[in-house]
Amino acid sequence: MICLQLFLSFLQIGAFSFGGGYAAMPLIEEQVITIHQWITADTFADLVTIAEMTPGPIAINAATFVGTQVAGTSGAIAATLGCILPSCVFVTLLAFLYTRFRGLSLLQKTLASLRPAVVAMIAKAGVTILISAFFVGGVISAEPAQINLRMICYFAVALLLLRRAKFHPILVMVLCGVCETLVCAATRLMG
Amino acid sequence: MGQAKRNVLLRLFASTLYLSTFTFGGGYVIVSLLKNKFVDQYHWIDEEEMLDLVAIAQSSPGAIAVNGAIVVGFKLAGLPGVLVSVLGAVLPPMVILSLISLCYSSFSANPYAAAMLGGMKAGVGAVIVSVVYDMGKTVADTGDRINILIMAAAFCAAYFLHVNVIWIILVTAAFGAIRAVLSVRKGEDA
Repeated sequence: MICLQLFLSFLQIGAFSFGGGYAAMPLIEEQVITIHQWITADTFADLVTIAEMTPGPIAINAATFVGTQVAGTSGAIAATLGCILPSCVFVTLLAFLYTRFRGLSLLQKTLASLRPAVVAMIAKAGVTILISAFFVGGVISAEPAQINLRMICYFAVALLLLRRAKFHPILVMVLCGVCETLVCAATRLMG
Repeated sequence: MGQAKRNVLLRLFASTLYLSTFTFGGGYVIVSLLKNKFVDQYHWIDEEEMLDLVAIAQSSPGAIAVNGAIVVGFKLAGLPGVLVSVLGAVLPPMVILSLISLCYSSFSANPYAAAMLGGMKAGVGAVIVSVVYDMGKTVADTGDRINILIMAAAFCAAYFLHVNVIWIILVTAAFGAIRAVLSVRKGEDA
């Protein structure tokens, strides 16, 4: 039963993520946090971090991770199958039509309008991750104790390294992680 | 004949498995590596056709790395090719993430590992902001007011009004299809 639910959820993620990579992120967020509460917003942010650090598409990574967390290996297989089934059907059909008729301009023009909406939704999922990083417990709050200033500093420095110094994204993430680990080690030594 | 086909399937599987295991940096990187392998190295697909196949992979829903594997698989070996290349593309992330997922709870309970993940979260936030900036700028630079409006409206609908993401995509796609048909008609009249 739970496997069927995983399959159906990731079927929707696979069927509606146009634009690759990050486009799946808002859909995953909606299915696994908002609708089914399979993982928390904090775990979701961890998941996106892990997905960035490992090879493979974020949707497949998420399907395997959430599937395993919720229902073990069979859950992982059910979620991954759901995730790739729409691709297999849609892409094969298009490739078949293409070899028969050629010409993709109408489809590409339609997708040109979809792209701005996809960008907006990636931005929305990005906000979820930032909130999870900046605020204790992942809830927006004006209370100083709830705001993680160190994370905001890491974020600002990371953005500078990415935009100005053109550092590789994975290197930037690892640097942030190492800094926080050192801070953690230092506070434990002193405490 | 059977031997040749088996050879193609084997090479498809090996290529997609290899690319999927060692490619960091998302679908667009994998697609250009697929082109490298099958167009420039094996000469199994010609350049122009590959561009159209890539366009199909990018226009379809789902992960671009998987879609890219499907178009190449279909082109070279039909449906068996699709199955073989999808398997090759999906197996590595499945194995890696299964292992990570099994260790996740003990991993995140360790204070140092949790600090590492926590710090990286701020980094990943910066990566996403940077990606969104680039993508948003591309949309804004086209100077197409309607596209900019779509972007703003979609964000408000998703973030403030909590509209289901699938609805936003369906509505925008329908709107885009109408725009596309209208612009083709206009092109014919001119």
